[in-house]
Amino acid sequence: MRLKTFAMFVGPSLVLMLIFIAAPLVMVLWNSFHVTKPLYERVEVETCVPGFPKPTCSTSVKQQPILDEDGKLATETSFVGLDSYRNVLELGRLRSALSDWDWNAANNIEFWQALRFTVVFTLLTMPMVVGTGLLIALAVNSTLASIRGPVIFISLLPFIITPVIGALAIRWLFIGDGILTAALEWWTGHDIAMFAQGWTIEILMYLYRVWHVAPFAFVVFYAGLQGVNQDAIEAAIIDGASRFDRLRYIVVPHLMPLIVFVMLIHLMDAYRVFEEIVGFSSQAYVISLQWLTYDLLIPDEAGTRSISRASASAMLTMIGIIVLLIIPLRRTWRDRRGTH
Amino acid sequence: MSVPRSLRRPLQLTLISNGFLVFWCLIAAFPIVWITVMSFKTPFDAFSSNPFNVILGPETRGLGLGLSLAEIVAGLALAWVLIRLGLKWLPGQVRKYSPQGMGALGWLVGVLFFGIVALVLFFAVLPAAMSVLNPFLGPLGRDALGLTTEHYEAVWIDRNFTRNFGNSMLVTAGVVTISLTVGTLAGYGLARSGTDLAFWLLIIALIFRALPHSVLVAGYLPVFIKSSEILRPILGEAAPTLYGKPWAVIIVLVSINQPFTIWMLRSFFHNIPAELDEAARVDGCSHFKAFRLVIMPVMWPGVITAGLFCSPITISL
Repeated sequence: MRLKTFAMFVGPSLVLMLIFIAAPLVMVLWNSFHVTKPLYERVEVETCVPGFPKPTCSTSVKQQPILDEDGKLATETSFVGLDSYRNVLELGRLRSALSDWDWNAANNIEFWQALRFTVVFTLLTMPMVVGTGLLIALAVNSTLASIRGPVIFISLLPFIITPVIGALAIRWLFIGDGILTAALEWWTGHDIAMFAQGWTIEILMYLYRVWHVAPFAFVVFYAGLQGVNQDAIEAAIIDGASRFDRLRYIVVPHLMPLIVFVMLIHLMDAYRVFEEIVGFSSQAYVISLQWLTYDLLIPDEAGTRSISRASASAMLTMIGIIVLLIIPLRRTWRDRRGTH
Repeated sequence: MSVPRSLRRPLQLTLISNGFLVFWCLIAAFPIVWITVMSFKTPFDAFSSNPFNVILGPETRGLGLGLSLAEIVAGLALAWVLIRLGLKWLPGQVRKYSPQGMGALGWLVGVLFFGIVALVLFFAVLPAAMSVLNPFLGPLGRDALGLTTEHYEAVWIDRNFTRNFGNSMLVTAGVVTISLTVGTLAGYGLARSGTDLAFWLLIIALIFRALPHSVLVAGYLPVFIKSSEILRPILGEAAPTLYGKPWAVIIVLVSINQPFTIWMLRSFFHNIPAELDEAARVDGCSHFKAFRLVIMPVMWPGVITAGLFCSPITISL
């Protein structure tokens, strides 16, 4: 295919991605190095109170925003270098917290708290999702053919449902004296409040994510299981391989590309965890990197959006996902060079 | 054909595997079923800590809203009859009455008609008939299960859910159509070109796929809010503010979805043998003509799958 034809096929998609993904990225990068502030001027104001024999006057100095010709706030954009990054990272606080071995102080810095949760969330749920998906796929594949249809349908329910609604459904089961909390209390004999401390919320979030994503892994693996080479299985049986050996040496290697695919997709999706924070309203205890950017973006009480801090946090988030992606991508790169 | 003994699954394994499956199905379905049950109760019943109170809804029943045993039995019977009719009788009727070559239209009319009749029977005829019958049925006619549809009415009518629903549908339809059109072209181009350029484009698309959306929102927001000022020199006084407009949402979502769409469609195109378009090219087709006349007809399953994967991402926003 000549370059011109290739360009015509890929062009529209490329233009869309350039305008709506690459350009905003450049904007974010630029914003993260600049700060836009409204301009203020100092004005001396003389206020007089009527009095006798002459009015009592006092002068005070006031900060007053400057208006431009259109009557809007005049703003000034200046280059601040890495200041926004410093504001987000708060390295000084982190260093003093770490030198005191004070885990809680380090965890109170928003960015590090978000980073800690996001990374743990991503790396912890990944094996759980792959494992659960594989187990369900194997179980469905070996059950009676007549009940497979309904079982697949039920299994897909958590995946089809909208994430925020799914999170709310789980939340209502546990919040206050929700029936599952009540059941746990009855079982353990303790008073339990699932939403009163960070770690219980975190556990619920992990469980929710596995519940939500495992069906996707299951569908992918189940499709892969249909293509397992039966001759290889028979040969393994003749060679005396046990069930577990067959799984270990034939089925799993056959599924390996799909496992890598699911892990890659999950890595990307789990890293931008956001719905759980909103659905569980957990921002007081647990926040994620994406939620931090969002929080910086929405207007505060004064109505200003801290765009440059949000941009800095967004850039740091992006650097994080690229670091996480390097390992799988290096593999693809090596495969690519191998085939050439 | 009997399975040799050495190949038969041991009983424990079958039990464990099926037990796990039952357990998983319970976990998968329970929250969703439960939230459905809760949606039919008053808040007091819905958040009760006793599960039986949630199911039976004593407070909801106390307000005079509920179903009697006789009503439940009648409702289930009617549902069963309707499902049987829909599966057995309807296809024959549609085939008999729809004109030649208009099967799809016939199905549409048939299903629509059947659906309306079923809804009228279920929500108008059945309650009316049962309210007459209930007083004569004694204990069977007394309310046993608290049930209220007030929340559905509140959401659909008072909160204007129809409008939100319409917006969601509009955006979804727009996103799926545009994504697939642009995505199939790009997917085909990438699948048929083995150059380094195509490889690097795919890797960059993968990195774009991984970007958290808030990274992009941080880039869009300042531009979108000020867009009418920025666009005024080009478009004049009619320059729109993009913030919160459906078509702005559509185009942004299409772009955000692009990386995933082209990756998926590319792998589908990979599975179609390249000999097919080579044959078309030998017969004198241009690349576009070969794509349109030869490749697309065998690609529909892949395109539909990709569409299915695009749409939930959209609906969930």
